[in-house]
Amino acid sequence: MVYLYAVLAFALIASILAVMYKPLGDYMYGVFTSKDDLFFERWIYRIIGVASDKEQTWKAYLRGVLGFSLMSVLVLYLLQRVQHWLPFSLGFPNVEGPLAFNTAASFVTNTNWQSYSPDVTLGYTVQFAGLAVQNFVSAAVGIAVAIALVRGFARRRSDTIGNFWVDLTRCTMRILLPISIVMAIILMALGVAQNFAGFVDVHTVAGGSQTIMQGPVASQEVIKELGTNGGGFFNANSSHPYENPNMWTNLIEILLMLCIPVALTRTFGRMVGNVRQGYALLGAMTTLFAVGFLAVVTAESFSNDPITGLTGGSMEGKEDRFGIVWSGLFGTTSTGTSTGAVNSMHDSYTALGGMVYMVNMMLGEVSPGGVGSGLYSILVMAVVAVFIAGLMVGRTPEYLGKKIGPREMKMASLYFLVMPVTVVVGVALSFALPFARQSVFDTSLANSGNHGFSEVVYAFVSAANNNGSAFAGLTADTPWLDTALGVAVLLGRFVPIVLVVALAGSLAKQDVVPQTSGTMRTDNRLFVFLLVFVIFIISALTFFPTLALGPLAEGLVA
Amino acid sequence: MKNAMALNMRSYWAGLKTVLVFTVVVIVYTFAMFGIGQLGMPDKANGSLITDRSGQVVGSSLIGQSFTDSKGEALPRYFQARPSAAGVGDDNPSGYDASASSGTNLGHRDEGLIKDVRTRRADIAKREGVDVKDVPADAVTASSSGLDPDISPEYAAIQVRRVARERGLSQEKVEQLVKDNTTGRGLGFIGEPVVNVVTLNKALDDLS
Repeated sequence: MVYLYAVLAFALIASILAVMYKPLGDYMYGVFTSKDDLFFERWIYRIIGVASDKEQTWKAYLRGVLGFSLMSVLVLYLLQRVQHWLPFSLGFPNVEGPLAFNTAASFVTNTNWQSYSPDVTLGYTVQFAGLAVQNFVSAAVGIAVAIALVRGFARRRSDTIGNFWVDLTRCTMRILLPISIVMAIILMALGVAQNFAGFVDVHTVAGGSQTIMQGPVASQEVIKELGTNGGGFFNANSSHPYENPNMWTNLIEILLMLCIPVALTRTFGRMVGNVRQGYALLGAMTTLFAVGFLAVVTAESFSNDPITGLTGGSMEGKEDRFGIVWSGLFGTTSTGTSTGAVNSMHDSYTALGGMVYMVNMMLGEVSPGGVGSGLYSILVMAVVAVFIAGLMVGRTPEYLGKKIGPREMKMASLYFLVMPVTVVVGVALSFALPFARQSVFDTSLANSGNHGFSEVVYAFVSAANNNGSAFAGLTADTPWLDTALGVAVLLGRFVPIVLVVALAGSLAKQDVVPQTSGTMRTDNRLFVFLLVFVIFIISALTFFPTLALGPLAEGLVA
Repeated sequence: MKNAMALNMRSYWAGLKTVLVFTVVVIVYTFAMFGIGQLGMPDKANGSLITDRSGQVVGSSLIGQSFTDSKGEALPRYFQARPSAAGVGDDNPSGYDASASSGTNLGHRDEGLIKDVRTRRADIAKREGVDVKDVPADAVTASSSGLDPDISPEYAAIQVRRVARERGLSQEKVEQLVKDNTTGRGLGFIGEPVVNVVTLNKALDDLS
């Protein structure tokens, strides 16, 4: 029975996305290829002082990305450090330095890891004028970088890959903002709160007292999902009834997370002149998503651990209105897209159910990945896949008419090493450095044994992939974890971006190799299979030992 | 080298101005949504607050409440909500602190959790006069937010007899109210069927 509901849920999401695929993908194609600026965009370009018709080399594009992101970190850091004196502070004190750094790094990198509990830490102004701003623009940065890489494949003998400031502005003003406005209104109509009422004291039905925290939730909730950010307005994130009150808001939030990453494969196909190339990437993404969803529903329904066995279903840390299927679908979406929002507590999943979420992230978040980052990640994986296939048949590998030479392969290999190295080193140091080990054991861990180990692994996997979800029992607001995870989110975001933009530059310079009968096709089922295989084998080989010590050890004992 | 420095400085300056421009844009957006919410759907935008017959605000239809005394013992006149970890502590054994949303975050092999679940099962079975096998999963597990306003129809069903007895109502009357406060699956398969325990208990109080 649970499988019937799961299949229906998947089919519903897939059909809605199928309907949106062409219009949204083609619209985004128009946004990034149009020559015309809208009037308010011209104002913005005048203020920031850029010539919108001037294209940039990859180095200039990268300087834009990094300069903008550095300033974003500084502004967000400062805003938290002075929040007590801002309007709508709710009386909360200024945020301490390490936590403010961690939060600033986390929101600028589209991670939205939250070491703090928003309910007791942040006033409204930091949320809507700081965090929500980064929810928009960090998403736009990811999409801009992906579009730059696609231009690298699409262009021939070109020194430029677009203009970062134009991509950033158009993405925010023409894609993210309009969708957010419409969907925020719909979410409000369905019950998501949007007010500045602070803490409301009530006498409850049974005569007790209750303090209800309120806030401008809807405007932030929508971009949190649409930009695959995931930072909750409340501590309980999308399981809080004011963020996600019912099955319809739950459905909408799942669709918001998926719509841009999915439709970007269409935009990609249009830009490289063959929409079937986009279908192939989407095929691989969908396969990984479906397998993960099925696995998590199975683990949550049929595990043999004490809690599931005693109660007949894994309901600890889940809301009644979502149950196992719609919690599993939300979690699969959130960990597969780099969102990191949760409508159920992943820490309280069965060992193997929680492992599925870890694996979604360990795959490099390509099912279907974050906004922009999903597309550029899977494109790098596609480069690796054609390289491996090329080795097997003894031909020079090509992808989309571009030769994959030593320079391209170096960048692709470095790309997929960054995340695992960050994770493994981060976890190892947490248990090896005496002071780190002490703070992890004394303060951070909520669970003991293998499950405690999983909490730390999950934290670093989530940070290095810019996901932001957590095994939330972990107390991460310690000097060690604030700093280590803050560094991990920065490495996990910007090292890959540097490599991707450099790759875009080197691809754009190349001419296109004419297709021959010997060219390996990358728009058919065989390639989808190859791509899924490569993605899986790379992360399986990297992370199997880590998983064996954590969720596998916990889940496979009798 | 000097040239590179100058280029970097230019991108920092442009970056700073861009951050500020978009900050203004997002502030305008936030307050525009606030205005639309207050004009178009004020009840929902203000948190779906509910009032009793005298007009007093008694909570929100979306936010769960506890129906226990100050020691955490169930009040028999009310349908009981799920266990909650929100703000739970020595001075608040029942949770449901709507300014401290939280789950327990305990794993399935945590000994404390296993013990709690066993105790709750036994307690509920005794309270409702049913076999432990008939106590549903959601009755003995804490929700994700700690503010789940709902219980499963199964958990509501085993409580009907007690509530009817305590209030001197017929079981049919109580069953009818349960039905009135039940939401089924959307289109037959979206979400899970739930009974809103806050509005249900308020409806019971409104009867008397």
